Parts: sequence; C-alpha cells; structure tokens
Amino acid sequence: MESMATGSTTIAGETLASRLIMGTASFPNQQIMLDALDASGTVMVTVSIRRISLDGYSGSIVDSLGGRYRVLPNTAGCTTVRDAILTAELAREALQTSWIKLELIGNRELLYPDVEQLVAAAAELVGRGFVVLPYCNDDPVVCQKLADVGCVAVMPLGAPIGSGLGIGNPSMIEIICARSPVPVIVDAGLGTASDAALAMELGCTAVLVNSAIAKARDPVAMARAFRHGVEAGSLARQAGRIPKLRRAEPSSPELGLIGT
Amino acid sequence: MTGDIAQSANGIAIVVNGEWLQPDNPSLAHLLYARGIIDARGVAVAINGAILPQEQWPNQRLKAGDRVEIVKVMVGG
Repeated sequence: MESMATGSTTIAGETLASRLIMGTASFPNQQIMLDALDASGTVMVTVSIRRISLDGYSGSIVDSLGGRYRVLPNTAGCTTVRDAILTAELAREALQTSWIKLELIGNRELLYPDVEQLVAAAAELVGRGFVVLPYCNDDPVVCQKLADVGCVAVMPLGAPIGSGLGIGNPSMIEIICARSPVPVIVDAGLGTASDAALAMELGCTAVLVNSAIAKARDPVAMARAFRHGVEAGSLARQAGRIPKLRRAEPSSPELGLIGT
Repeated sequence: MTGDIAQSANGIAIVVNGEWLQPDNPSLAHLLYARGIIDARGVAVAINGAILPQEQWPNQRLKAGDRVEIVKVMVGG
C-alpha cells in the first residue's frame, strides 16, 4: 500500500509506476545497463538521437530495451532552437512518441541551459503537439514561464550534468516545488542515493539520474540504492518532517530525573 | 563550391549527415540499404530539414544538393 502511494505518479495524464527516471548512457556495458534499469524499478528511460555512422549501421538500443520501458528521447547537446526542434521531430519519427526531454545548452563546459532559447523552443514544440519536459535552471521564474507555455513538467538541475555534486540549492528546489503548477523532476547533478531522497523530501515528483548510477563502482547496486532513496524520500515527504529548531528539545521524559 | 560539387559530372552529389557523397543510385532506399539500414526501428530521416515519414522512404529520390539527415536512437541521459 505504502509503496504504491509513494511509487507511482502521474505526468501528462500518464501513470508512471516509479518516480525514478533513468538515463541509459555511460554504463560499462549494455548488460550492466539493463541489470541496473531492472534493479532501479524505473519505468521510463532517456535516450538520445544521433547521426548514424556512414560506415555502417550497428543495431539500435531500442531493440535491447525490448519494449519494457517508456522511452523519453532528449535533445541533448542542441544549442539552437532550430536544432532542438529538428532533433525532437526526428525523435518523434524514430520512436513514435510525442514526449521529449528538451535540452538547449548555452554553455558546453557547464552544460547549463540557455533559458531564453529554452522557453522559445518549448513554446514552439508545444505548438507542434509535443509533450515537453524541459531541463532547466533551478529558477522559479523560468520554471513558471515553461509551465505557462504548456510544458507538462519542469526539470530543474540539482547541479551541473554529471557533476555528482547533489542538490546545490535545496531551498530553491523546495520553493519551485511549492509554486510549480506542473510536476517538478530534479534532473542532473545527483551523486548518490541520499540526494534523491532529499529531492523527494523537498517535494519533487520524481528524479532523473544517469551518471550517478552508470559511473558508480557497482552500477546495479547503486540503481537499487537510488530506488530506495526515492522511496524513502517520498515516504518521509508524506509522513511530514518535524520543524527545525534552534535549540534542543528533550525526547526522554523530564519528570523523575535522578538527582533532582 | 556547393553548386560545383552538387552538379559534378559523376552524378548528383548530396550531403548525408554533414558529408558530401556521390551515390551510385539517387534513391534514398538504396542509400539506406548500402549502409545496412534495413530495419527502420529507431531510425529517422530528414531531407532539407523536413522529416520524411518511413512510408515515403521507398519512393524518395534524391536531388543534387539535398541535405539528408539519417539518425538513430542511442543511449542518452
């Protein structure tokens, strides 16, 4: 019962049985990726769209995912609205899905979003019938603009992509969660399972994790840890944490204390 | 330069994934087949910035100077 309540969520009218979305890149090999996906309990995974090598075609990851997972294509690496839209259109054609994780990068070293172009691209893609989940800054104003143009969720970064720094500004993520009219998914920067638990405690609907699992010493074990981290954070959020105090409050009874 | 290459005496020249090519046969199906793309799952094609639906691949002929993008689904974050 409890795991049902904390495990599933709804985004754009679709029920997802897990609040952990996983990336598929950077695993030591494909079998470890598949085992990690299985251990994570995820139901939705991200993929990218890239030019085929003209030397020859070598099969598709679509085959290995075997229809087990909802596939969320991304526009990773795109730096212009035009490229992001063409990539999204190619993804829709290749995968027969209108869902798109919109990435529009303004700085290749930091992989930080170009929010000006991001909002413009999001509006254009919504107009073309896409279900848009934008990777964005941890900025409540940008998140509101993205929701206003019709994005079905917002995906603020916890820290730069692949950095493993965790959630750099938890109070801002909490503010975004409290104000957002659409689900908030922390995307990028998480380093370990407790980061995912924190995201859920702050009010996020889900987390998206790739490097922290794929590059862990034991990716399958880390996938399991993230699964539990997400569940623990969701349960704690529902349970309601105690307020933070600037003094001690004794937990043992004060009456009958020896020596008084 | 673009015009010279596109109208080369050896046949048409096109740009595939950013590289100039002079295919023996100007059909898209032939181009895909020559690269081992016989299963369209996870593959998409755009010509001059417009998506070409899979059902149109068999009959699509390429013109000199066409810019063809052939992409596939790969791992990603």
